[in-house]
Parts: sequence; C-alpha cells; structure tokens
Amino acid sequence: MPAEIGFLSMAAPEIFMACAAMLLLMGGVFLGERSARLITWLSVATLLMAALLVLSVAPGESRLVLLSDLFVTDSFGVFMKVLVLAASAVTLIMSLGFNEREQIARFEYPILVVLATLGMMMMISANDLIALYMGLELQSLALYVVAAFHRDSLRSTEAGLKYFVLGALSSGMLLYGCSLIYGFLGTTNFSDIAAVFAGEADVTPSVGLVVGLVFLMVGLAFKVSAFPFHMWTPDVYEGAPTPVTAFFAAAPKLAAVALLLRVLIGPFQGLAGEWQQVVVALSIGSMLLAAFAAINQTNIKRLMAYSGIGHIGYALVGLAAANEAGVRAVLIYMAIYLVMVIGTFCCILCMRNGGRMVEGIDDLKGLAKTSPGMALVLAIFMFSMAGIPPLAGFFGKLYVFLAALNAGLYALAIIGVLASVVAAFYYVRIVKVMYFDEPVGSFDRPVGREMVAVQTVTGLMILLFFLWPGPLLAAAEAAVRALFAA
Amino acid sequence: MIIQALAFYLFSAVAIAAGVMVISARNPVHSVLFLILAFFNSAALFVLMGAEFLAMILVVVYVGAVAVLFLFVVMMLDINFVELRQGFLQYLPVGTLIGIILLLELVLIFGGWVAAPEAAANVAIEIPPPAELHNSAALGRVLYTKYIYLFQAAGMILLIAMIGAIVLTLRARPDVRRQRIASQVARRPEDVLEIKKVPSGGAG
Repeated sequence: MPAEIGFLSMAAPEIFMACAAMLLLMGGVFLGERSARLITWLSVATLLMAALLVLSVAPGESRLVLLSDLFVTDSFGVFMKVLVLAASAVTLIMSLGFNEREQIARFEYPILVVLATLGMMMMISANDLIALYMGLELQSLALYVVAAFHRDSLRSTEAGLKYFVLGALSSGMLLYGCSLIYGFLGTTNFSDIAAVFAGEADVTPSVGLVVGLVFLMVGLAFKVSAFPFHMWTPDVYEGAPTPVTAFFAAAPKLAAVALLLRVLIGPFQGLAGEWQQVVVALSIGSMLLAAFAAINQTNIKRLMAYSGIGHIGYALVGLAAANEAGVRAVLIYMAIYLVMVIGTFCCILCMRNGGRMVEGIDDLKGLAKTSPGMALVLAIFMFSMAGIPPLAGFFGKLYVFLAALNAGLYALAIIGVLASVVAAFYYVRIVKVMYFDEPVGSFDRPVGREMVAVQTVTGLMILLFFLWPGPLLAAAEAAVRALFAA
Repeated sequence: MIIQALAFYLFSAVAIAAGVMVISARNPVHSVLFLILAFFNSAALFVLMGAEFLAMILVVVYVGAVAVLFLFVVMMLDINFVELRQGFLQYLPVGTLIGIILLLELVLIFGGWVAAPEAAANVAIEIPPPAELHNSAALGRVLYTKYIYLFQAAGMILLIAMIGAIVLTLRARPDVRRQRIASQVARRPEDVLEIKKVPSGGAG
C-alpha cells in the first residue's frame, strides 16, 4: 500500500489541479460575481503551482506507469505539461482586461480554463485509449463552453455551437477508431499494444487495425485542426472572444500534438509505415491550404487561424520523418509556435479603437507611427512566423525540414519550403501595412501593464532565441528520448 | 429451456411490434410510450442473456432519462407532426429499399463474424463466468479499483457539463419583477399611505 501511495504522488499535479479547481469553484460561488478578478489570479497561481509540481515530481530518465497502467509520467510529459501550463496561465492573465471591459468577467471562465488544462495534462499522460478519450473530452467540453462564453454575442454563440457539433463528430470518429483497435488487438493499453508489435520485426497488420488507426488519427487531426479537418478553425477563432481564441491557439493545440506524438510514437511505432503516409498527406494539405487561403483574409483572427493550420502542417513534417530527430524538431517547433502565437494574440488584444475591439488588418495601418513599440513587437512575430533568420521561427522550420531531408522525404521538404515562401507574403503584408501605410487612427492607451510585460517577454524570447537555444534543445532532446524509450 | 425460448420470442415479438408502432402511431405521445415499451422488452432480452447490468442501465438511462426527455420535447414544443408526416407514402419505397440494404449488410456481417485470433490473448481483464459472479458485481470490482482514475475523470467531465450549463443559461435579468418578501414585510403604513382630507360639503 505505501508503494501505491508513493506512486500516486507522481500524479500530484493533476490531483492538485482537480482539487484546486473545485475549491476555486466553491470560492467563486460564495463570493459572487465580483470575485472574477480574484479567482482569475488564484487560477493563474494554481496553474503555476501545478507547473512547479510537475517539475518537482519529474521522474528524470525513467518512465513510470501508474494508476493501473492508465497514466504515464516521463520527460516527454514533463516538457509538454510545463509548456501547456505556462500557456494557459499567460492567456488567462491576458484575458483579465478584455473580460472586464466587455463585461463578461465571470469567475467560471478561469475555472473552466483550469479544468480544460487538467484535461490536457491527462491527454499528455494517457497510456490507454480510454484515458486518452477521457482527457480529450474533459478538455473539449470545457473548450466548447468557453468558446460560447460571450453569450450575448451572436458570433460567440455560433462559434461555440459549431465547435461543439464538429467536436462531437470528431469524438465519434476517434471512438470508432478506438473500438476498431480494441476489437482487433483485444486491448486498449498502450504498453500492451506496443508489446504486440514488439515481438515481430516485420508485422503485416490486419486491415481493420489500420482503419482503426486512421480513424483515430482523423479524430486527433480535428483537434490539431490539420487539413482537411480544419474547417471549424477560422469560424471558431473569429467568433470566440479574443482571449479565448488566444487560449485555443496555444494550449489545446500543443496538447493535441502531444497526444498525436504519444499515440503514434508510443504504441503504434511498429506501424510507422502505415501512418507515415497519412501524416504526409495531412502535412502537405495543411501547408498549402494555409499558404493560399490566408492571402485574402481581412480579419486578423481568421488570418491567425489559417496561420495556425499552416504551422501544424510544418510541425507534422517533423512527425512524418518518424525518427528521434523529427520528433525533436516537432517539439522545438511547437514550443516556439506557442511563444509566437501568445505574443501575437497579446498584440491583437491591444487593438482597441475608441473603447471597441477592432480586428481588421486595415486597422493596423500606420501602427509604427501611432504605437511604435507594439508595431515593432508584432513585426518581430510576423517575421518569425514567416521564418526569417535569425528569429526563432526560422530555427523551428530549419529543424523540421532538416529532419525531413535526413529521412529522405525530399518532396515533402520542398513543398514545405515553397509553402512557407507563399505564406511569407501575408505575414510581411502586415508589416508593410504597419510601417508604410498612413495611420487611420490610433489605438487606445494605456493597454495595461500585464499586456506590455507579455509582449516584451515573448518578443525578446523570439528575438534572442538564437543566442541561447541550449535549454530548449536539451529539454526537447530528453523528452524525445523518453518517448522513444517507451 | 422451453420457457426461456418462449420468453425470448415473446419479448422480441413485443419489441418489434412496439418498434413498428413507434413510427406508425398517429399521436406522437403514443409513439414515445411505445418506444418505452420497446426499451423495456429489450431490457428483458438482456436479462435473458445474463447481462442484467446492461438491462438495468437501459431502463434507468433510456426509460428514465431519454424517453422522458423525448416526452417533454414532444409535449412542450409546438411541432406540427401531421406536416412532418406528409411525405410518408412518397418516401416509403426509398426508405424500404434502404432498410432492406441495411438488413442484408447486417446479415452479411454476422454471417462472416470471426473473432480476431490474436485479440483473445491480450484481453485486459478476464470476464468471470456469469454463473460465478453477477456482471454488476464484476463491473463493480474493477470500476472502483482498477479504473478509479477513469471513474474520477468521468466525474470531472460531468462537473464541467454542469458548470457549462449554468454559465451559458443562468442570467440575471434586470427587467423581471421578483418578489422580495423582506421588503414586503418591512413596509410600514406611513411610507406608502397618504391620508388626504377631503373637504366635505363642497363649497364650490
């Protein structure tokens, strides 16, 4: 029994988050509507505390499976969980000012974010198809609610409903895939599935199993919004309140990518030949669609949605390589993407004109003259997303394309580079609008200390990444080794 | 044995008849009631198969919750069912064709049913024979021990569903007049009554 309790402490971050969320809920209910600010800060503290707990119970090199083989902790989980927790905490801080100005500041919002983050952590630690599904639903259900959080706004409600319906569809596909896998293998546990393929060097899987795996990947592709399962993304990003969009673009995407890596590299590594083709197709589709569909966008939130689809395409290039270098590139890419997307949305949240949020790209005209600081930061993010050296985004792309080339995926790498050239057009167009067009009006100031802080920190991280890339590379390296050791 | 066979045919015949009545009854409330009858008979079939836990779940969830929800929807919403039914004869041939195709597919699937040979070796938990252990007891043994993590996770999901339902529907409406008992009781005559002296006699 003591050994079991000692084991349970490895799940301390999740247990802490669940208990803290329920306590905060009680606190919010007792204190009433005015407690939104207090509960938000306490939720941020909860998320940061959970990140500390994740680091303190980190199992190091080893890999621990607990709770009847349903839950796994390893360096990969630690890496992803810390990023997800940090992203959720920062997006919560960014939401404070917006929610208060739009009069949707309610204490349930931070609690739902904490619960969604709990779901993401369960996804990252899943070692069983049922645990995977439970984590995914915990996350998704909370996300549907926050998408519709601005319930007096027609577009927010529409976004919530659309996300819910398509999310339910994707859950159905995922479950169908899981049931096929269970039917053909007789087990839902990742370790057992991996053991099935470990015995034989050259497995010829049954058709049903491959169909199940493809359905599972379709369900996850919905969650990472990869082409052709991306159609909900622009509408939901545009309709949802902007801080919610920032949250959607950051943490859940990272968690879904982590889940995809966990499933494909963990139990189904033996079937790499089968899923590689699917990943290549998803990747090429996402990169090309994002490159061309984003050109005509006039709303910056829709533009970011397409940009996010494109980034997932580039990240999947690394996964298509299906080796350690490729997955390491995915991790580095997603970490850099997270910083860029949080910084960009922080700038978008500062786009207020006469007390009203504006979202048009034209509203950025002449930003360099009216607020030069924000224009500079946004320009850094745009150049970084376009992949211009020496900014961090360049290194992310460099690693994934190198991994693809080393794995012999020349066509994929070439298409990727060409797509990123096309995509550079719409990123650089924003810089052009900011620096070379005449101002049409200036944004409201001051934007708030926390916004300036987030912009400065993320901007510096992207700008100076090339000076000190060591920690991220080392952490990604350890995470990948843990993932492949499974 | 013969009683079991008789019971099986009785329950399945009633279930099929009720199923036919669900789509052919004129009154939608009757349709829902027939649906409940079909659920009960299916539950009885589960009991015959020794799956009493599934039978209870079917009654509790489908009869207790889903069918009652249907009844509410049918009775509360103003849906013109006569209009909905208008194309019934028109679509009958196509519908029958699809039904027959579906039936053929099901027959084909169950005809060619083989268990995956390697699947049996990997089963997570041996299913105890029904004679030794009731299946609700067997489920209870693993649900709160082996699968406690998933059980708790399901609880968190339900909590989110509850928070979500409240967040998205509960609103403070300022234009609604509410009864405030405290202020009603605290009213004093001198605050609300004004005694006017009406001059009598009428000079003008």
